[in-house]
Amino acid sequence: MTMHKAIPTDTRPPPKSFYERRKPVFPRKIDGPFRRFKWAVMGLCLAIYWITPWIRWDRGPYAPHQAVLIDLAHRRFYMFQIEIWPQEFYFVAGLLIMAGIGLFLVTSAVGRAWCGYACPQTVWTDLYQHVDRLIDGDRNAQMKLDAAPWTASKMAKRGFKWTIYLAIAFVTGGAWIFYFADAPTLQREFWTGTAAPVAYACTAVLTFTTLWLGAFMREQVCIYMCPWPRIQSAMLDEKSLLVTYKFWRGEPRGSVKAAEKALGTVGDCIDCGLCTAVCPTGIDIREGPQIGCITCALCIDACDRVMIDIGRPRGLIEYTTLENAALEQQGAAPVPILKTLRHPRTLIYFGVWGAIGVALLFALGTRTRVGLSLAHDRNPAFVMESNGQIRNGLTARLENMEDRPRAMTLAIEGLPGAKFYTDAMDSTAAVRSLPVTLPADATLPLRLYVTAPHGTTAGDFAFTLTSPTEKAAPRRATTRFLTPETAP
Amino acid sequence: MSEKRIDEPTGTSTVGHEWDGIEELDTPLPRWWLLTFYACIVFSIGYVVVYPAIPMVHGATAGLWGWTSRGTLTTEMRAEQAKHATIKAALLATPLDAIDGDAHLRHEAIEGGKAAFRIHCTTCHGAGAAGGKGYPNLNDDDWLWGGDVDAIHATIAHGVRQSADTASRMSQMPAFGSTGILKPAEVQDVVSYVRSISKQDAPDAASARGATLFTANCAVCHGPDGKGNRTLGAPNLSDSIWLYGGDRASLTETVTNAHYGQMPNWGAQLDPVTVKMLAVYVHSLGGGEKAAAPAPAPVAPAAK
Repeated sequence: MTMHKAIPTDTRPPPKSFYERRKPVFPRKIDGPFRRFKWAVMGLCLAIYWITPWIRWDRGPYAPHQAVLIDLAHRRFYMFQIEIWPQEFYFVAGLLIMAGIGLFLVTSAVGRAWCGYACPQTVWTDLYQHVDRLIDGDRNAQMKLDAAPWTASKMAKRGFKWTIYLAIAFVTGGAWIFYFADAPTLQREFWTGTAAPVAYACTAVLTFTTLWLGAFMREQVCIYMCPWPRIQSAMLDEKSLLVTYKFWRGEPRGSVKAAEKALGTVGDCIDCGLCTAVCPTGIDIREGPQIGCITCALCIDACDRVMIDIGRPRGLIEYTTLENAALEQQGAAPVPILKTLRHPRTLIYFGVWGAIGVALLFALGTRTRVGLSLAHDRNPAFVMESNGQIRNGLTARLENMEDRPRAMTLAIEGLPGAKFYTDAMDSTAAVRSLPVTLPADATLPLRLYVTAPHGTTAGDFAFTLTSPTEKAAPRRATTRFLTPETAP
Repeated sequence: MSEKRIDEPTGTSTVGHEWDGIEELDTPLPRWWLLTFYACIVFSIGYVVVYPAIPMVHGATAGLWGWTSRGTLTTEMRAEQAKHATIKAALLATPLDAIDGDAHLRHEAIEGGKAAFRIHCTTCHGAGAAGGKGYPNLNDDDWLWGGDVDAIHATIAHGVRQSADTASRMSQMPAFGSTGILKPAEVQDVVSYVRSISKQDAPDAASARGATLFTANCAVCHGPDGKGNRTLGAPNLSDSIWLYGGDRASLTETVTNAHYGQMPNWGAQLDPVTVKMLAVYVHSLGGGEKAAAPAPAPVAPAAK
């Protein structure tokens, strides 16, 4: 080993960073059919989200009067006419599965339409980009202000804009809490400072996430955070509708003047860059299909406008399938969109989606609104009484899932000679059938003592819960009568 | 042993050891790790000062904050007791038979009684209160000293055969066989009679002889027809329930030596509310009797 005199300097290049700074996106204002459609979808989505908790629905004196209410405290889901108890949660699960398969269906039929129009991230990003244009001006003004030094005027403008951001986040994101409690009451409590702490915490969290994701993260959520574009990439095929730049028509790019000079050698794209300028995710569609494209079609609006202005046919950028793009390049006639929509994969998704929907509706139509369950005492399994009869203790749970009290009859079925009494009755008053009033929208626990004569052998028997006035079939719950010979 | 040198690829000094040509780099600890380490040292000094930490002969140092795990338990127990204070006060103020009419109070008493039963009573009576030989089943409708809630309360509060408690349930059946009051054959006759009135055996000559002996020796407590006497704690001998067994061997043993089961006078150990709750709980197990004779019509209980 030799002693080195000098420390050698590391001349290798520093490792490449995997972090890429966000390139700010300042989408330019554009008008056109797709933009107007986007406005309509945004208005509709926000309106549904915002107004739904305020719709009233009369359910009588025993249930809340809010059309859509997720009552976690009392474990009830209300959806207009439908009330769901926790054990019926499969309806919610079914709806979620339908929503998932619905996304597959939409992707298979019309590509990333969810991303482009209806996804909350898109809706809120669009809303915030519009706020930018209202306050800072259009694309160029925004870029200029962004590059400008931090003067008092810029600070004032930014402060004002961020206040508006926060207000929107609070009013929209914060409104989520109204789905979980009576909206007018919660609103009053919220402003008087008497609402539950969890309401304030939820409002704070959702205001923050709306502000952070919608106002600041924006397209980065779609490109880096969201798993759905990745899943969709695997689901798109040659029959999926994509926003496509028809390079075979557009290339090579050249100005109008260049085209006039050299007729026939220059494509239709005049390289004006408007398609890039209007893009909310800041991509260039002319580079082909890519994960950043949410297929909002604003570039189609932009390009069509330019094509009309310079007197060329529109549709240089257009919704097209890969299949049709290939056909068009060969000069063949494209497959009509309506035919593409009917391809097997879409139809299979539609079939599965529809079948789950029909099954849910069937289950909803045939479900019973009364329940009976029995739990046999484990210890003691039976009790011998002084006159020789055998007694079994049970706990019955009588569920009334309707929003009104119901008069019903609880009766023993089978087990000859057996009678029962509740812990509120005297044993001498034992009966074979007992009128009970089930409280509205509640479960009534009932302690039952079943007595059977001396010599009764162990065996199954049942309790039935019937209504003298309702036509529905009786609820029946079976259990076993235990006697000394069978006791464990 | 090699000399310390600077490793070329990493620019870090070696520690100066070498094993078969393998050297060790003297890479410094990461700064964040060191800072965390120093912060932990600072924290531990503070911890030792404010919390019990250093073991002494009798326990540890007290610490500035005076914290103890026992103290925490006491505080939590007190907070838990405070939560029950209202309902306990209400239970204390309400007479026993009035608790039955108040659905909420009754529910609370049963739940409280159930908890207390698990602690104090299950040792003898079992977790399901089903008892065993020598320990009465509290679920059934057979009561030695009375099955209405007041009688049950008195039994729990004053116990059975507790000489220290003047109100205790006292009864003493003579050991007829071992004291020579009855000869072994006579004991067998009495047993035959008892088995006939409890419909286990058909009457025969032995039971007829036993009937005479029964009238002379037993009827004073157990009644002329063996139906028992709750005032004296004398069990009903004509029913199907036997505390010490109804077979011939068990009955012979009972008549010969008698049994003197005991139960603590819980009133001396437990607070009055707990005793009250225990009485309501035991009364609710299915065999409880109404103090007043007429039973009400069957009505649905109110929702909880």
